[in-house]
Amino acid sequence: MTFLVPVLFIGMIALTGYLVAKQNELGDKKTVEVVDESNMFLNKMKNRDNIEYHYINDNYATAKANFSKSGYSYLLYIPSSLTGVQLLSEKKASAITLQNIENGLSEIAQAQRLLSAGIDTAVLAKAQKPISIEARQITEAGEKDAQTYIAYGIGFISALLIYMSLFIYGSQVMRGVIEEKVSRVVEVIISSVKPFQLMLGKIIGIGLVGLTQFVLWIVLSIVLSTGAGTMLANSNVESKSAQVTQMQNATTPRAAVTAGGQSPENSMAAIMRSLDSIPIAYTIGCFLFYFLFGYLLYSAIFAAVGSAVDNETETQQFMLPITLPLVFTFILSMNFVINNPDSPLSIWLSMIPFTSPIAMMIRIPFGVPGWQLAASMLLMITGFLFTTWVAGRIYRVGILMYGKKASYKELAKWFMYKE
Amino acid sequence: MLSVRHIVKQYASQRALDDVSIEIEKGKVFGLLGPNGAGKTSLIRIINQITAPDSGEILFNGEKLNQVHVERIGYLPEERGLYKKMEIGEQIIYLAQLKGLTRDEARRRTKYWFEKLGIQGWWNKKIEELSKGMQQKAQFVATVLHEPELLILDEPFTGFDPVNAEIIKNEILELNKKGATVIFSTHRMESVEELCDSIALLNLSHKILDGKVKDIRNTYRNGTYILEYEGDRLSDNGSAPFTVLSEASLDGGRQMKLKINTGCKVNDVLQYLLPLVVINRVEEIIPTMNEIFIQTVSNPN
Repeated sequence: MTFLVPVLFIGMIALTGYLVAKQNELGDKKTVEVVDESNMFLNKMKNRDNIEYHYINDNYATAKANFSKSGYSYLLYIPSSLTGVQLLSEKKASAITLQNIENGLSEIAQAQRLLSAGIDTAVLAKAQKPISIEARQITEAGEKDAQTYIAYGIGFISALLIYMSLFIYGSQVMRGVIEEKVSRVVEVIISSVKPFQLMLGKIIGIGLVGLTQFVLWIVLSIVLSTGAGTMLANSNVESKSAQVTQMQNATTPRAAVTAGGQSPENSMAAIMRSLDSIPIAYTIGCFLFYFLFGYLLYSAIFAAVGSAVDNETETQQFMLPITLPLVFTFILSMNFVINNPDSPLSIWLSMIPFTSPIAMMIRIPFGVPGWQLAASMLLMITGFLFTTWVAGRIYRVGILMYGKKASYKELAKWFMYKE
Repeated sequence: MLSVRHIVKQYASQRALDDVSIEIEKGKVFGLLGPNGAGKTSLIRIINQITAPDSGEILFNGEKLNQVHVERIGYLPEERGLYKKMEIGEQIIYLAQLKGLTRDEARRRTKYWFEKLGIQGWWNKKIEELSKGMQQKAQFVATVLHEPELLILDEPFTGFDPVNAEIIKNEILELNKKGATVIFSTHRMESVEELCDSIALLNLSHKILDGKVKDIRNTYRNGTYILEYEGDRLSDNGSAPFTVLSEASLDGGRQMKLKINTGCKVNDVLQYLLPLVVINRVEEIIPTMNEIFIQTVSNPN
């Protein structure tokens, strides 16, 4: 299972990418009847992106009347004033098709207008060349590549991983506790060990499984991505990624015009090279720390919830307060923290033990002052000790309670039970 | 050996045990009886240190009950408590290790017991693949593996067919002969009379009866006898040293339940009957534990 998941994951991404890239060959052809009153576009629209243009001489009214019988997918009407261009079809036009036609028309119209204004398009292209910025960071060791986007990526991925794994392993703990309670195993075991020991043992056991899986995945990913990196650099990727970027940028016609400029092989090598700017060992170390302690903190809560119910469906009422801080932090992190890593809100989020595993991991690739990291880690450990203590007190009563309707008042009572 | 003193256990809404005190002698078989909800399971959990009493204490061989005694107690709960997806061999060994045995020793003994009870072929099977009877046998092994001084068995015979119930009963008696003290918690009164030396009867969190089985039954003796004879139906002329409680025909003869009048003895009855009928059977009817149980529980006096 451990090895299957990354393979499936990568396979899925690769397959999706491939299918999207090959969209034009796999998709259905769209035929467009063009009624062009302006005569600007006659035979000028390029047949690409699975769109074929046919120019007819009928006027719009006739064409409209004959459209359903004509067998064409679309009817494009261009008035001479170029305002009020209409696309007629029996089924709704896909956004991409609309974009492609708009872009095609805009391109030609633009070139035409420039020509009438006396501007040479070649001159124009030169003038429109964008300026790209190379971000560099000043450190004690001198300057180095900042590669902000990579930092983005790493922050994003680590936060996502931690967010997911907290749920996956936390609910494994919860399910284990419920199983033991329902099958009455707990009574047998508790006659030999203290409930707290049982709870901790389960948490630590599953935690180690999680840790092992992660380490294996990290190793596997490094191996696979180095292999993939060398493969991609050698094969012909240009057409595919150019099409991909073009579709992504189809929202801005101007960007579509300039999209062809990127060179894919360089960006892959650039990714590899830029990873130097991020201290990998430090990041992985922090990741493992926050995964471990975030897991320990939350799994204790999951264990307490598991001990309070008699089956999995009853856990729903408790899930909300547990998931809320995590979801909240996750969304905030992706939108706010990642753009403002040093703002007060971000700092607070990276300190509170319930939210810090996610928030801090977002901040780490951008650099975090040593004292903040230390304080956050200390609070994290204190937080985990606290929740484990509270959970332990709830757990030791809950596992032997059957049929009691679980509510927060009940949990509070169990917490107060004298030993 | 086990001294339960003034145990009180209160759950949020009700009192499970109200000042319960019981003395259990070493090497005896003790029956813990009572209707559902009487407090038996609560008491057993307290003895096993699964929960703690609100007040009162328990002494194990004179020492206050503590963690050390866990290894000397074996507990068979009423409901099966085993991990469904674990293989039984491994699971029993694990449970034995929790009770303080080394892995090798646990393995050796588990093999021995499995063969003794006839389930050795199932060593590698998961619990969920076994029948209920086999699961119970396996759990029984887990209970006795570490040779505990005190065995606590909560309804050990439920779910067993007569053959397997007999096997388990014999194993329990054998362990008792070897010196183990046994506490039974059960509803099955036949097994109580057969196996128990002393009992305690709990009802609604109170102890309402306790003592040796023999003594208890003796207190409930009331001179009732059953008589089987051949001959004419005895006339009721009031001169007999007994009162007839019931009469019936029986395969060519007659059967009579009678109560000896106060001051008279069995000999008087026999002397009265001998010239009148052919006596085939005379037996005292002592109330069974079942009847005593029902009687005591229904009349809280």
